[in-house]
Amino acid sequence: MKLHEYQSKQIFARYGVPIPRGQIASTPEEAGRIAQELGGRVVIKSQVLVGGRGKAGGIRLAKTPEEAVDLARAILAMEIKGLPVRKVLVDQAVNIVKEIYLGITNDRAARRPVFMASAAGGVEIEEVARETPEKIIKLHIDPLLGLREYQSRDLAIGMDLPRELWRPFQAIAQGLWQAYNDTDATLAEINPLVITSEGNLMALDGKMLVDDNAMFRHQEMDSLRDLDVEAPAEIQARENGLSYIKLDGEIGCMVNGAGLAMATMDIIKLSGGEPANFLDIGGGAGADKVAAAFRIILSDPNVRAVLINIFGGITRCDEVARGILSAMEQVQTSIPMVVRLVGTNAEEGRRILADANMGTAETLVEAAQKAVQAARGGQA
Amino acid sequence: MSILINKDTRILVQGVTGREGLFHTGQMVQYAGNVVAGVTPGKGGEWVLDGKVPVFDSVRSAVDMTAANCSVIFVPARFAPDAMYEAADAGIPLIICITEGVAVQDMMRVRAYLDQKDVRLVGPNCPGLLTPGEAKAGIIPGNIAIPGSVGVVSRSGTLTYEVLYALKSRGLGASTCVGIGGDPVNGTNFIDVLEMFEGDPHTDQVVLIGEIGGTDEEKAADFISRSMSKPVVAFIAGQTAPPGKRMGHAGAIIEGGAGTAEEKVAALQSAGVRIAQHPEQIADMIRG
Repeated sequence: MKLHEYQSKQIFARYGVPIPRGQIASTPEEAGRIAQELGGRVVIKSQVLVGGRGKAGGIRLAKTPEEAVDLARAILAMEIKGLPVRKVLVDQAVNIVKEIYLGITNDRAARRPVFMASAAGGVEIEEVARETPEKIIKLHIDPLLGLREYQSRDLAIGMDLPRELWRPFQAIAQGLWQAYNDTDATLAEINPLVITSEGNLMALDGKMLVDDNAMFRHQEMDSLRDLDVEAPAEIQARENGLSYIKLDGEIGCMVNGAGLAMATMDIIKLSGGEPANFLDIGGGAGADKVAAAFRIILSDPNVRAVLINIFGGITRCDEVARGILSAMEQVQTSIPMVVRLVGTNAEEGRRILADANMGTAETLVEAAQKAVQAARGGQA
Repeated sequence: MSILINKDTRILVQGVTGREGLFHTGQMVQYAGNVVAGVTPGKGGEWVLDGKVPVFDSVRSAVDMTAANCSVIFVPARFAPDAMYEAADAGIPLIICITEGVAVQDMMRVRAYLDQKDVRLVGPNCPGLLTPGEAKAGIIPGNIAIPGSVGVVSRSGTLTYEVLYALKSRGLGASTCVGIGGDPVNGTNFIDVLEMFEGDPHTDQVVLIGEIGGTDEEKAADFISRSMSKPVVAFIAGQTAPPGKRMGHAGAIIEGGAGTAEEKVAALQSAGVRIAQHPEQIADMIRG
């Protein structure tokens, strides 16, 4: 799950990371009131979950509360990379002397978190990594020990921070580490962390990604989810415990297991078709899950045929077969279907489908070819 | 005849009384009969599967009574890290975690802890191990594979079944099949298993099933070109997967343009690995 800038910064602030004074607004008038309260210049920042907000004109400086109202009105009417701007963050403007990058992410190859710091902050860190990788300091953290004091000091020294800023920097690094840990983040990033003209450190922008697998212990964070970034069908899938990603093709896929789902998509393409989606009904999927999966696949108007490929391990094919039949009762459709069941209780599953006169296939290649044919208007 | 598990393996199941745990324990018992114990805290003293498998309150007590040397974990994701710590602390040398959806920070801590001990973890989010005709530790359906000399290692679950099934339908059998799981942080990687297959006198050739995301396949390619004499056939799932989207498995995501199927295929090909276009084709490419 991606968090907005204002959400991330609020979390960082709870861990002692200094952030600018500011508030969130959903209307131009609200933005004006906040600007009035803050006094002086403010920055109006669109809150959408895409990069490049600044370049798109979604971040503007207002010198007066009146200007804040106008700019907020303009920004709230914007759509950035397809996402509507529903909220703006109104932050007190800060005089910047220097911009730093500070972030933590999971290094899957090293199987541990990695701290990254760079004195070349403010721009996309991927760009720095590509063009001047020597400007990024990387520091792996032992997940059982956490961030040690000498390590955060090493980061400060490595970036040539003035000595009087070592302690405040270390407190920020420690705060960011705690925030990352306590929220089960997979990314916690401050970019830029600035040195202000008053000589203080401050997090001007923040970004967090939170591990969906850890949401069971962060139910309070569920309300932070921005549903705009997910297609309605993807939201519906998540609520039903399914993994669904919409694609642009014409053959809907229902598969158990992520690897097999990808392989099924690949073989559809190899057979001359295009997959309409990725859909993994997961392990141990019962009849209700299958029915939900069906409704989600068929909600895509591009779908011309559906390929159901189930290889039973944890999932039992007889349950899937019953799910298909119960879903067919609920969702009236004329879309042709090709079903392939193999593995645990497959014979029972095939018998259930045969009794209901459903089209079946033996091999994966045969199933894909039949589905491609059916999508072109032939028989399933 | 195999790696990691054989007919002498003494299997313990954590989460034995749960719906999935019980079903698959039944399947394992039926397959080879070498399940010696189950663990469900609070249900110690009971028996499951018509008195075939005794239930214990803790892994420690189960190990003391039954000398179990391999644990298969079926507990829900939020309890799985604790189950792995418990098995490791009870001295189980081989832990297989079937559970899907374990939080990645939990897994980083589990891995860091287990690395300090003499423990091999397979998974999480994996189908486990199958040595056809000898032992089954996990959920790979027993009837889809026959004994043979092909070593199979895979990041996927059901895709692996597909390959075993295709091998069997052409009369080809497996020495051992190892599902290493689809999570970004897991216990055993391709290289660990390739090394074991290379050293196993009963494995003649190897099938590697990878998918998009991470760099494990590239590292495997490097290992194969340097250290493997046995032929390898591979399939990489996710040629049609869009970047930035997590394709079900937490680890199956093309991030920052890295981890694509094309890169992995290229790396493996340059290591002399033959690449199959689809899973069933793997069986055609194996020399019978």
